[in-house]
Amino acid sequence: MTKETKHNPTILENNGLQEIERDYFCDARPEQSRPLAKYIEKFLNWARANSLWMLGFGTGCGAVELRPLMTARYDMYRYGIAPRPTPRQSSVFIIGGYASVKTTKRIIRSYEQMQQPKFVIALGSCPINGGMYWDSYNTINRIDHYIPVDVYIAGCMPRPESIIAGFELLKKLIKEGKAEGANKYIENLDWYKANQKKIIKDWNMPDYNW
Amino acid sequence: MKEIIQRLKQQFAISNVNQQRGDLTFLTVKQEQAVALITYLRDFEIFTHMVFLTAVDRIEDNQFQLTYMLHNYAIHQDLGIRVMTDREKAEMASIHHLWKQAGTYQRELKEMFGIDFPGSPRVDESFILEGWDNIPPMRRDFDTKKYSEETYFPRPGRESHDPETYMKSKLYPEGDA
Amino acid sequence: MFAPDRSKYPEVVNGKAIIDLDSGKYLKLWQGPQHPGVTGNMSLELIICGDEVVDCKTHVGYLHRGFEKLMERRKFIQNFPIVCRICVPEPDTNEYLYAAAVEELAGIEIPEQAKWLRTLNMEMSRLTSFLMWIGGHAGAFGLGPIGQWAVTHRDYMLDLFEELSGGRIYHMYIIPGGVRNILPDGFNGRLEDTLQKIEKLLGEIEKVMLNNAVFKMRAVGLGIITHGMIDQYGIVGPIARAAGLKRDVRKDSPYLMYEHLDFDVINGTKSDAYERLLVRYREMFQSIDLIRQIMKHIDGSRDIHTKLPNVLHWKIPAGETYVKAESTRGEYGYFMVTDGSELPRRVYVRGPSYTHAVALLEDLIVNVNMADVAGLMTSLHTYPPEIER
Repeated sequence: MTKETKHNPTILENNGLQEIERDYFCDARPEQSRPLAKYIEKFLNWARANSLWMLGFGTGCGAVELRPLMTARYDMYRYGIAPRPTPRQSSVFIIGGYASVKTTKRIIRSYEQMQQPKFVIALGSCPINGGMYWDSYNTINRIDHYIPVDVYIAGCMPRPESIIAGFELLKKLIKEGKAEGANKYIENLDWYKANQKKIIKDWNMPDYNW
Repeated sequence: MKEIIQRLKQQFAISNVNQQRGDLTFLTVKQEQAVALITYLRDFEIFTHMVFLTAVDRIEDNQFQLTYMLHNYAIHQDLGIRVMTDREKAEMASIHHLWKQAGTYQRELKEMFGIDFPGSPRVDESFILEGWDNIPPMRRDFDTKKYSEETYFPRPGRESHDPETYMKSKLYPEGDA
Repeated sequence: MFAPDRSKYPEVVNGKAIIDLDSGKYLKLWQGPQHPGVTGNMSLELIICGDEVVDCKTHVGYLHRGFEKLMERRKFIQNFPIVCRICVPEPDTNEYLYAAAVEELAGIEIPEQAKWLRTLNMEMSRLTSFLMWIGGHAGAFGLGPIGQWAVTHRDYMLDLFEELSGGRIYHMYIIPGGVRNILPDGFNGRLEDTLQKIEKLLGEIEKVMLNNAVFKMRAVGLGIITHGMIDQYGIVGPIARAAGLKRDVRKDSPYLMYEHLDFDVINGTKSDAYERLLVRYREMFQSIDLIRQIMKHIDGSRDIHTKLPNVLHWKIPAGETYVKAESTRGEYGYFMVTDGSELPRRVYVRGPSYTHAVALLEDLIVNVNMADVAGLMTSLHTYPPEIER
């Protein structure tokens, strides 16, 4: 995990909110999470890797290959992966395929509501470089400029076996301590926010959605 | 179907009748008489099912061509009605009093092409796009590739698609061998 | 004209309820895009009073990729990989309609064996889509295991598709000019095995779902659609058939080889959630029967694709046309305009969910219990990608 960073003294601006809403939302900057002592962290990483709960949000085409994953033929429950309806209880966010501008706003909002440690898997070729909608006016081309991605799975759509292989890779990264997407997001929060605000023109959310 | 067209010719100013298939016919009508024609077809000729309403951007004639498609379930015929409207001040009378679903089609046309339907319910609300501040995207003079390259960060690819130059640059990075 | 019954709530002016959110009597909820109770990625802005819905607005546009604009930038043959991604559970309908529109405008005739193979593909795709639908519909009412069974059996069908065309979900099998491949060896036997497994599954679904007392109590009387509403809202497909009308594109305006096949249009008596389920259930049996009839006509000849001109420089004469097909949701149509150049001028995709999900749902959902909103949406079989393409 990363070394401890200084707590940044400035607070978030929250320009998109109206006056009466500012009391409801927090304006402190988020902090990176520090690792604990060595063997405790190894044990915690093992626990995190073996019970990845994913958020049930079918953002695009990829949602159609997530349904067979839950059935008995490919069975992801034996890997510890279960779909959860709310972001507060999940630790993996699967971005299935392309993301339009309207969906990106909801993706950011759901991603920021998840608790640390959290990971992102991107399916398909659309989040990598735009895929076959590279010249569309409504789909974003590279999703890792807006939220941090840990694992990419190629395909259109990737087979359920490929998705399980992607999860295995994510587990390996977590156990080695290299799945650092959430911390990278907090460290470069201003750059990510600038990119997000460039495409989302009606920003009426707080700057970090706790 | 031919009798129906004969009856229509006596009452309305239609032109450019084209029988595309056995069960599909297109005709053009003047903009002022369009709503009257559609009401007549719905009430007297049993064209009760409205299939769609869409627009084609005829930028070279400086016009929008609106196409209404109606279907008659008694004789199983489709009828496409073309209405030409001016491109600068694009406006057309609404038909939401005839079919309730027409309001949805008119909302989408206002957002995508910029054609106004005064009086249609909720026609000014954004339907598909959110926070869009450019010209209506389905018009022919909107360049979607340029917009995508400027707003969204494209991932650069290889400079040359020719396999020979690519392999050469890999094997001999300093220059010609 | 149909007007929803708002008589329980006293503040009604000109047929529209006046809703005062500050009065504390109403609550505004978003059944939003990230929700297990919506089909696909759309959101409903609900205003509820107690336990019942008073008003609703549908918000779509989360899956808009600008297909029609993208299709204008690509040549005719470059369009067919992206056409199948417009409607995800049923890509073959889109492929067939695009190919049919191009062939009609270019004046190309396809061989008869290709037409039989296309018909087989369309019926298999209808069966696959119905299986996915019934899983979602049962899940919306709380019957979880049916979703598991149905999606597993859909997987067996997807295996057959993979043998035929190479891809599980997006096949790209029907191309302008014919089809890509003949049936592999032994396909008949495997298809028959799968159909028997699906028939056994449908028998079990009848015991668990159709005769289930709790399901019947919730579904009967949910979202009733009367005769007068059908043309007002442009309702097509199984919803219209469940109300008693005999409307089926395969019978009214036959396309491909449906004139040579023997089937009836399945009707119900009144259109509520239970009857619509019965109509679609019987249509699944009808699809299985049609597939068996089609397999008798396929004789393994290799003449499945006509010779096209050089497709990279293919100019189609100017014209416009409208082709339609019967998908699981209703009448699906493509309106194509060409102007004599190498690129299509305008392609418009008319999806049946366009009217079902926006105009119809907003009026049907009044006075429905909050817990049944998901069931109503799946009963209308709305699917957002074909609304905003």
